[in-house]
Amino acid sequence: MGFRNIIGRRLGLGLVRRRKPFSTATCDGDGNGNAKSINLYSAINQALHIALETDNRAFVFGEDVSFGGVFRCTTGLADRFGKARVFNTPLCEQGIVGFGIGLAAMGNRAIAEIQFADYIYPAFDQIVNEAAKFRYRSGNQFNCGGLTIRAPYGAVGHGGHYHSQSPEAFFCHVPGIKVVIPRSPRQAKGLLLSCIRDPNPVVFFEPKWLYRLAVEEVPEHDYMLPLSEAEVIRQGSDITLVGWGAQLSVMEQACNEAEKDGISCELIDLKTLLPWDKETVEASVRKTGRVLISHEAPVTGGFGAEISASIVERCFLRLEAPVARVCGLDTPFPLVFEPFYMPTKNKILDAIKATVNY
Amino acid sequence: MSLSHHHLNSNILPTLSATIPTPFPLVFSAPIVSFLSFIFYSPLSLPSSPPIFSPFPSSLPTRKKMATAFSPSKFAAQPFPLNTTSQNNPLTIPTTASPFLGSTRKLIRLSSSSNLNIRRRSGTVVAVSDVVKENKSKSTLNLLITKEEGLELYEDMVLGRAFEDMCAQMYYRGKMFGFVHLYNGQEAISTGFIKLLKQQDSVVSTYRDHVHALSKGVSARAVMSELFGKTTGCCRGQGGSMHMFSREHNVLGGFAFIGEGIPVATGAAFTSKYKREVLKEADCDHVTLAFFGDGTCNNGQFFECLNMAALWKLPIVFVVENNLWAIGMSHLRATSDPQIYKKGPAFGMPGVHVNGMDVLKVREVAKEAIGRARRGEGPTLVECETYRFRGHSLADPDELRDPAEKAHYAARDPITALKKYLIENSLASEADLKAIDKKIDEVVEEAVEFADESPVPPRSQLLENVFADPKGFGIGPDGQYRCEDPKFTEGTAQV
Repeated sequence: MGFRNIIGRRLGLGLVRRRKPFSTATCDGDGNGNAKSINLYSAINQALHIALETDNRAFVFGEDVSFGGVFRCTTGLADRFGKARVFNTPLCEQGIVGFGIGLAAMGNRAIAEIQFADYIYPAFDQIVNEAAKFRYRSGNQFNCGGLTIRAPYGAVGHGGHYHSQSPEAFFCHVPGIKVVIPRSPRQAKGLLLSCIRDPNPVVFFEPKWLYRLAVEEVPEHDYMLPLSEAEVIRQGSDITLVGWGAQLSVMEQACNEAEKDGISCELIDLKTLLPWDKETVEASVRKTGRVLISHEAPVTGGFGAEISASIVERCFLRLEAPVARVCGLDTPFPLVFEPFYMPTKNKILDAIKATVNY
Repeated sequence: MSLSHHHLNSNILPTLSATIPTPFPLVFSAPIVSFLSFIFYSPLSLPSSPPIFSPFPSSLPTRKKMATAFSPSKFAAQPFPLNTTSQNNPLTIPTTASPFLGSTRKLIRLSSSSNLNIRRRSGTVVAVSDVVKENKSKSTLNLLITKEEGLELYEDMVLGRAFEDMCAQMYYRGKMFGFVHLYNGQEAISTGFIKLLKQQDSVVSTYRDHVHALSKGVSARAVMSELFGKTTGCCRGQGGSMHMFSREHNVLGGFAFIGEGIPVATGAAFTSKYKREVLKEADCDHVTLAFFGDGTCNNGQFFECLNMAALWKLPIVFVVENNLWAIGMSHLRATSDPQIYKKGPAFGMPGVHVNGMDVLKVREVAKEAIGRARRGEGPTLVECETYRFRGHSLADPDELRDPAEKAHYAARDPITALKKYLIENSLASEADLKAIDKKIDEVVEEAVEFADESPVPPRSQLLENVFADPKGFGIGPDGQYRCEDPKFTEGTAQV
C-alpha cells in the first residue's frame, strides 16, 4: 500500500485512492512511518516545515508569523529557514495577498497567512479579481497557482463578531480558486501540503476551535491528500449529513445520539468546497434519500445552499424529504448570543428527526 | 510547548531606548520637522514672543542616537530655527475661507518659492513638540494647568488605569470573556486629547477603547456592563469589549478591525463641516478624533483618509498611539520610515510628534490640533509615542518585548509623572490625590456590582438590530413573521 502511494506521489498523482474506514480519525497517510499524537496547529506547523524544506522557493509571510503566529502555526520556521523566507508583513491584508499573487506569478510558492478569516475582506478584491483570474486572462501565460492563503476561521466560543466568522461561502462563488477546509490534524497536514503544491490558488481555512482541541495521530513524513474528494467518514443508511471543518464533530455527536433512536446517519466531510465532490455526495444521497447540511456561516447564501441546489437537481426523484440546512442564523456573529446562534447538536438532531419523519 | 525565543535584536536598532531615531536632530528644535508642513503652520510672528513650548534644550540629542542601520529617508528639510522671521519671504495663501468643496483651493505654487516658509493668516499658534526621549522639560514649562484642570486630568487617568486593572481581574475570574485589550500606560493620550472635547465632538477608537469611552464621558457602569455582556451596557451587550459606542457622548466605536474606524471618522468630520458650511449652522464646529495605532499606519485605509481629509480640509485630528508594537511585530521592523508624523505633510497636513507619556505635552499639542480643526484649518496628524504596559490583549503572554524596554517606559508612567508635577508645583496635595484614588476605586467597584446585577440580554434580542425593522427577516411559510417563530432562533425553521 505504501509503495503504491510512493509511486503515485512520484508520478505527481498524489495518494492513490482507496476505500476509507469508517471513523473520523481515518488513516489517510501511509499506515507505516512514525505517527505522533499532535494537535492541529502542530500538524499545520509540520506541513509548513515540510513545504519549505522541499521547495526552496517557498515563502511564508503574514502578520506576526515570525515569532510563531498568534496560534503558533508558524513556530520555528523563521529560525530554521531564515528571515528571507519567513517574514512578517505590515498590517495590510490587501497588500499581503496582492504581494503573494506577485510572488506566485513569478513561480514561487507563496503561503500567505491572514491572521483571522474575519480580516480577509480587504484582500477579497485581490483574491477574486486577481488571483482567481490571473491564469484566465493572461491566456495561461502567467498563473498564481503557487499562492496558498491560510486563515483561521470559525467560532471559538468567545470570539465575537470579528474573530469567529466563516467566510467560505464568499469564496466558493469565485471560479478560479479552490477552497479547502480540514477537519482534523491528520487531514490538515495532508490537505495543506496538497494545497501548497496544487497548481491553482487555494484558500485554506483552518478551524481555530480545533487548533488545540483536536489531537490525532499524524504521520511525520511528507504526505498529501487529494483535493476535490469528499470522504464518507461514517456509513449510514437513513440520512446523509454533509459538513466540513469543526462542525463535523458537532454533527458526529448528533449522529451518535440519533443512532440511539435507530436512525443510521451517513456523515460526509467535503474537505474541498470548491470544486466540491458532487459524485460522492450524490451517491450517498441515492443510497439514503435524505440530506442535511450544516455549517456555522449564516444560512442564507451559505454554501449549504449550493449543495442543496445541486443535490436537488441531480437526485430530485430520489429525495424523500426536503434538503435540510442547519446553519448559523442570519445575524452578524454575535458575542453574548453565540450559543443561540450556532448550529448545535440539538438543532441538528431535531432536524435529523424532522427529516427522517417527514 | 516552547516558544523559541525570538531574538529581537534586529539590526535596525540596538536598543529601544533610542526608539525614534532622529536623523536630523536640529530639525526638532524647529516647530515642524518637514518643510512642507511650514505651509500650514506659521512660525511665531514675533521673534520676541515666547514660544508656547520651551524649545528643545540646547544640548541637542547627539547624533549617536541616530540609528545605525536606519538610513534617514530622503529628507529634504532644511533645519528651521524655532523663531523664523518674515525675512524668509513668506508666501501668503489666499486668505478667503475655502469653499466647501475644498478641492477648489488654489494650489500653492511650490516651485516658485525658494523658501517655503509660508505664513497662515492666523499666525498665532505653533504646534510643536519635542522628540523627547526622557520625560524632562516638564519642569521647565510654566504651569500649564490650573488646579482644577490638574485634578480633572489626574482623576481621568486614574479612572482609566483602575478600570483596566479591574477588567483584568474580572477576566481572570471569568466574568467577562472574549478578546479584551487593555490600555494601561497610554492614559495620557486619552486624557490629554479627549478632555479638551465638547460633548458633541466625536471620538473614533480601536479595539483598545475602554478608556477612550470613559474619558469621553461614558459611565464606568455602562462600560463594565457592556464588557460583561449585559443589557445595561452601552451597546445593550451586543458589542462587547471592542465595540464601545455611545450616541449621547458621540463615541463612534470601538473597531476590532484596524484602520476601519478611520474612514468612519472622516465621514463624521465631513458631516460637521457640511453642517457648518452648507447648512449654515454657524456654531457647528464639531471636531472628530480618530485614534489608532502604529500598525494601522501601514494600512491602505489610513492613507486614503489622510488624503481625503486634507483634500477637503476636514475638522479631524488623526491621533496615532504609537506603542511600538502590533501584537508581536515591532513597528521599527514593519515600517519603512518609522516616523509616522512625517506622513502628514506628504498629504498636505501638519505632522507632529509628541511624547505620549506626558499628559501635559499631549494636551498642549491637542489644544493646537483641535483648535486648528475647529477653526476650519483642516486636519492634523499627531503621533504620540507611548507604550502599553500589558500585553496586546489579556490572552497575550507578552513574551516578546524586552524587559529593559518595558522598564524604561514603566519609569515614565504618566500617572506618577502627573502626580509628581502636581505635588511639586503645589497644585494639589497628597491627600487630595489619595482622595481621588479612593473615589475612583469606589466608582469602579460600584460599576462591577452594577454590571453583576444587571440582566443578561433576553433571547429575543438576538434578532434585533440586524435590520432597522426586525421583521426584515420576512414572512415564513406559515404566514407569520419569521422573527416571531420560536423555531427561527432554534435554527430549525425552514428559511
